[in-house]
Amino acid sequence: MTATNPQTGKGQAKTKVMTMLEAINDAMKVEMRNDDRVVVFGEDVGKKGGVFGTTMGLHEQFGDNRCFDTPLSECGILGAGVGMAVYGMRPVAEIQFLDFIYPGFDQIVSEAAKMRYRSGGEYTCPMVIRSPYGGGIRGGHYHSQSSEAYFCHTPGLKVVIPSTPADAKGLLISSIRDEDPVMFLEPKAIYRHAKDEVPVGEHTVELGKARIAREGTDVTVLCYGAMVPVCEKAADLAQEEHGRSVEIVDLRTLVPLDEHTILESVKKTGRVVVVYEAPKTGGFGGELSAIIAEKAIEYMEGPIVRVAGFDTPFPYSLEHLYMPDPKRVAAGIEKTFVW
Amino acid sequence: MAAKKRSKKKSRKAAAEKAAADSAPAAKPQGLVRLLEDDGSVAKGKDPGLTEETLLYLYEQMVQVREFDRRMLMLQRQGRIGFYGPILGQEAATVGSVAALEHRDWIFPALREGAAAMMRGLSLTEAINQLIGNGADRCKGRQMPCHYTVKEGNYYGMSSVIGTQISHATGAAMAAKIRGDDIVVLGYMGDGATSANDFHCGMNFAAVYKSPCIMFCQNNQWAISVPLSKQSASETLAQKGKAYGMPYVRVDGNDILAVYSVTKEAAARARQGDGPTFIEAVTYRRLGHSSSDDPSKYRDDAEVELWEQRDPVDRFRVYLEKKGLWDEDKEAAFKDDIAKRVNDAIAAAEKEAPPEDETLVTDVYARVTEQQKEQLAEVLALEGRGVNTGAFPL
Ligand SMILES: Cc1ncc(C[n+]2csc(CCOP(=O)(O)OP(=O)(O)O)c2C)c(N)n1
Repeated sequence: MTATNPQTGKGQAKTKVMTMLEAINDAMKVEMRNDDRVVVFGEDVGKKGGVFGTTMGLHEQFGDNRCFDTPLSECGILGAGVGMAVYGMRPVAEIQFLDFIYPGFDQIVSEAAKMRYRSGGEYTCPMVIRSPYGGGIRGGHYHSQSSEAYFCHTPGLKVVIPSTPADAKGLLISSIRDEDPVMFLEPKAIYRHAKDEVPVGEHTVELGKARIAREGTDVTVLCYGAMVPVCEKAADLAQEEHGRSVEIVDLRTLVPLDEHTILESVKKTGRVVVVYEAPKTGGFGGELSAIIAEKAIEYMEGPIVRVAGFDTPFPYSLEHLYMPDPKRVAAGIEKTFVW
Repeated sequence: MAAKKRSKKKSRKAAAEKAAADSAPAAKPQGLVRLLEDDGSVAKGKDPGLTEETLLYLYEQMVQVREFDRRMLMLQRQGRIGFYGPILGQEAATVGSVAALEHRDWIFPALREGAAAMMRGLSLTEAINQLIGNGADRCKGRQMPCHYTVKEGNYYGMSSVIGTQISHATGAAMAAKIRGDDIVVLGYMGDGATSANDFHCGMNFAAVYKSPCIMFCQNNQWAISVPLSKQSASETLAQKGKAYGMPYVRVDGNDILAVYSVTKEAAARARQGDGPTFIEAVTYRRLGHSSSDDPSKYRDDAEVELWEQRDPVDRFRVYLEKKGLWDEDKEAAFKDDIAKRVNDAIAAAEKEAPPEDETLVTDVYARVTEQQKEQLAEVLALEGRGVNTGAFPL
């Protein structure tokens, strides 16, 4: 099958229909073929192919040296990853669930993120840390959290969150090629959610460029990851019930942030809803709200509204109430019209 | 009065003996590798037979770093540098182990491995640039003193977080093995670091992947004010290697010949694919933890005096003299020369200007972000100047 390359808009890239999971797997295969410095490792990523299956077939295809299981130690996975990156490899470390990253948090915050800076540019740490994150799988608080804000608060890290299969592939390849450490957070709730056309072979999506997931004129919704399809449904509701034309901006990368696209959209519509599934207080949406307040307040025709998770641990049985859903986002959209 | 003085002296002697029994090579605990005796002699058949050139190089490096250490502490006291972490007493452990490697091998240091940086090409002036944090510093004035980096000498720029470099050393060794490079990695740590998370995961990964590295613990008996007995209930630190499944050795860290020999053996094992070795070098931190520390608050002077008698530099000098390689005249000329080197380096480093303001935002990422540019511009505007974007890599 062929289609227009969604990134460049040019040419006829060959595509294949894939889930996000398959696209991530494909991205690693492409880069492992391309660059023999790329190694993939983590808990159960070898013969088993990962607990979700993202590394399926890598061990078989590339062997023990390129894709291997590690002891159960996030500190070790990330610490060894830093050492490999410093040495000159392109490590892709998998943390089985983002909720388990904390034993290795120090290695990310104090080491990977500061390597280039502290050595005056002598040493760098081009490592990708892949990890499934977020709710929607009935995983309770140790298999559902959305803790991107911790990483966005650490200069030196890039934070990438795809929302479509094609973006997942293109962003992951770009992350592996990036010269700096990248947190590549995978919205596991939509790993198999939708199939989509994904370019075959080479496919990159530039880090730091947001995507207009849907064009609209009345109100902007800023979102990322698994909240993007939720916001798309909310936009349908808002259109059907109140005739709102909703523009959806999928951030794709939180760091570096595409402020330009965000501000252009907000200035055009004059209204904004910021949607994220993390606890509301201190979440990345607060940062987005502040940027808009600082740089575009004179364009605003309504309050900046946040729709987010609760300031509680992530629940088990009541997950459906905790997670922003189309109804809550649609209600948030209406709140921007109160003035 | 006199009696009181005598009894104080007596109790100090007892304390010293106890300290010796607790931690010391003098007691020759089982398995302590030692070649150089206190009197500078080596038992028959035990001399590693290093060339004259190597022996003199080892001596030069120890004496140089000792003089450097003394002068830097003075500069700190005079307010000319902000902080310093002294090395005094640990020269042999560092110099002997680095010398046992090839120049292409990698070094992941901890706080007291300044001598290693110098052996890997850091000039004295560059070292002082780092301590001052001036514009000529390789780290661009971004790190506290003693955090050197020498990329072309494969000397890694460490963080201040104790122990983290252990797993980096492991990772680099894993990478070398995957790439098929003939590289050995030497990772240093203090005794305190053996309690840190990264000691466990670094040692475990190193052994599981049979990675070509040497984990070298400078057991200087203290982690700031915490003595070894409060750090670990293990009979020796060396034996921890056994639990991880790697060869381990306990060596007299003040005996440069022994340190050199055990490190050389460990490197040979690593090079031939036999994986990592854990080395515990028993030594002593004779000064405070840093220029900010007053050790008299927590340890007895007698213990320090005892270790002064086991000075690694004196012991080695006697050995060289016995071999006919060294004498008083050479010593005097050599010391003058080193003092001059350090003086010249101080003078050169103190001439350097502070780092450019733009270095506030460079090297965080390969490219400066729009947000960083905006933040810097806002502050510099208050100083009445613009951002020199020419200083930014494109
Ligand atoms: C993780 C961490 N905790 C605490 C400190 C503060 N600190 C700096 S040095 C030090 C003691 C280190 O002792 P050791 O590892 O034995 O090395 P030494 O200083 O004796 O060479 C401590 C507690 C730190 N730098 N990092």
